[in-house]
Amino acid sequence: MKVLVCVTQALEVSSYLEFTPDGTAIDAAFVSGSLNEADQNAVEEALALTADDGEVVLVSAGGDEAEEALRAGLTMGAHRALRVALSPAELADSRTVAAALSQAVADEQPTLVLTGVQASDTGGQSTGPALAAAADLPWATVVRSLASDGRTLTARREFEGGVSELVQVDLPALATVQVGANQPRYGTFKDKMRAKKAEIAVLTPVDLPTPRVVLTRMSANQAGGRTVQMVQGGPAEVAARILSIVREVQ
Amino acid sequence: MTRLLVVAEIVDGAVSPLTAEAVSAAASLGGDVILAVVGPDAGALAAQAAPAGVTEVVTVTAPGTDRDHEQMLHAVAALVADVAPEVVVAGFTIRSTAWAAALAERLDLAFVPDVVSLTAAGGEVTAERSIYDGRVRAEYAFPTGRPVVALVRAGSWPPAEPAAAAATRALEVDLPPSRVRAGELTRPSGDVDLTGSDVIFAVGRGVGSEENIAAFADIARRLGAGLGASRPIIDAGWLPAVHQVGQTGVTVKPKVYVALGISGALHHLAGMQHSKTIVAVNTNEDAPIFGYADVGAVADIHEVAEQLQALL
Ligand SMILES: Cc1cc2nc3c(=O)[nH]c(=O)nc-3n(C[C@H](O)[C@H](O)[C@H](O)COP(=O)(O)OP(=O)(O)OC[C@H]3O[C@@H](n4cnc5c(N)ncnc54)[C@H](O)[C@@H]3O)c2cc1C
Ligand SMILES: Nc1ncnc2c1ncn2[C@@H]1O[C@H](COP(=O)(O)O)[C@@H](O)[C@H]1O
Repeated sequence: MKVLVCVTQALEVSSYLEFTPDGTAIDAAFVSGSLNEADQNAVEEALALTADDGEVVLVSAGGDEAEEALRAGLTMGAHRALRVALSPAELADSRTVAAALSQAVADEQPTLVLTGVQASDTGGQSTGPALAAAADLPWATVVRSLASDGRTLTARREFEGGVSELVQVDLPALATVQVGANQPRYGTFKDKMRAKKAEIAVLTPVDLPTPRVVLTRMSANQAGGRTVQMVQGGPAEVAARILSIVREVQ
Repeated sequence: MTRLLVVAEIVDGAVSPLTAEAVSAAASLGGDVILAVVGPDAGALAAQAAPAGVTEVVTVTAPGTDRDHEQMLHAVAALVADVAPEVVVAGFTIRSTAWAAALAERLDLAFVPDVVSLTAAGGEVTAERSIYDGRVRAEYAFPTGRPVVALVRAGSWPPAEPAAAAATRALEVDLPPSRVRAGELTRPSGDVDLTGSDVIFAVGRGVGSEENIAAFADIARRLGAGLGASRPIIDAGWLPAVHQVGQTGVTVKPKVYVALGISGALHHLAGMQHSKTIVAVNTNEDAPIFGYADVGAVADIHEVAEQLQALL
């Protein structure tokens, strides 16, 4: 069985940040990236499904930065990686991303396509279903406990409020893997060295649809809505304050 | 705008509360708001499902469960063809994200998830999202003029008030069978009910290890408080699922919620942000949870736990 796993680099931003002059991206000095959490779970799931027999191929759409995510996945043990070249503007639309990734699906003809449930930085939860439609595959979202007999995929789908449902689809199919679905393995130092040197094929997508969504402006935002009062002092002061807040309502 | 299609979300045979928020979001754009209700009992549901501001209700009778995303995709595609809306609005949920982006792909529509603000000026729609743990606000435009599918975040619009049922008509749709076969459905069960607790102490990944949970369980017990947890604690098997607070766990509204070593991810906030008083303890002064807390402390939760135990 051949599993194609879509991976992306998730960005973490510092609390103070600045934007690029055109205001459509965060200045690179204020971000750091790593392999998206749910994608680590997807790669782990793929490695487990192919443990006896099969191949795990990674694909990421984007510029050079996408290769970092691919190398992190190769370090975990994936066999091959390819990058579909996409510009930042094209990445803003999950439809364009899906159209680009679907060309990798057409080339590779995998038995199963996995994506993460969400990119943890922007949390759209949409690339998987968009790709399933673009590649004309049946799909299931927010799944864990994946199992396959080579012809069908069985998995547990999660819903709000702790409800879950067992679902089955015929392969080829696509599934979006839930964060925390498994314990992703780390590669060894040797794996990391191998991944660093690995050849990453670059695919230039053709006939991409015009992005229908354009990111026009980013601005810094005050998260939340409450005004926090910080407790000064050490753990003893913090404990005393928590106790007094609790006792007040009891 | 002239025509807005709101897709009702059905959960366990009832229209979800988020649907009234989606109606508000659509109505704020100006124009006729058409509410779509899809399901086995769409007709019966339509009688109850008309928040104020809805011009017309269109029902599609569909045999599958409310979790059948392929059926939803086909039904909404038919609704879009019938209604010809400029904007399609639904809540941002696990059910809707399963079909909405696929629908946009099939029908060549613009798509934007997790929207917190929508405006229409001179026929142009603009959407805003809150990303990077709420640190960045991003604005989106839709230059191709294709209809926009927008999924709206819970709590971003006030729910439209209930009103008398609006004019209703049924749309006949030929639905192909779904390729996803559904099996056993599991619901949470257990003897812990966090929704009844006035005070909740909740631990997150910052707790570090399974052994470390005992101290927090002990503090919660001695204070008569409930013990909550973020999802990684349940995924690791350190606590049973009934303790999980958040989108895929329980939603709680205690008088006091103490978040210990929890970063404040959107999915966790979904389950506790309406608590009366929120206290957060985290070693990272940049943790997003502080933006949602009333009282915060940059401290190690283990040291705080030791002090709490000493005081009790
Ligand atoms: C569809 C979907 C549904 C989800 N549903 C839920 C849900 O219902 N509930 C839920 O919780 N999550 C849910 N999640 C997961 C969610 O996105 C986050 O991954 C999760 O909430 C993070 O948990 P956390 O804050 O404990 O961990 P982290 O984000 O890893 O945060 C740990 C925090 O602990 C702090 N810390 C570390 N050590 C210490 C110490 N010694 N003292 C003090 N602080 C310390 C760190 O600074 C950090 O802020 C869902 C995700 C998806 C995609
Ligand atoms: N640029 C990309 N390249 C490859 N896969 C991606 C890309 N963007 C998103 N994905 C996949 O789609 C999932 C969901 O992303 P999102 O829809 O952005 O939340 C991620 O976990 C990845 O598996």
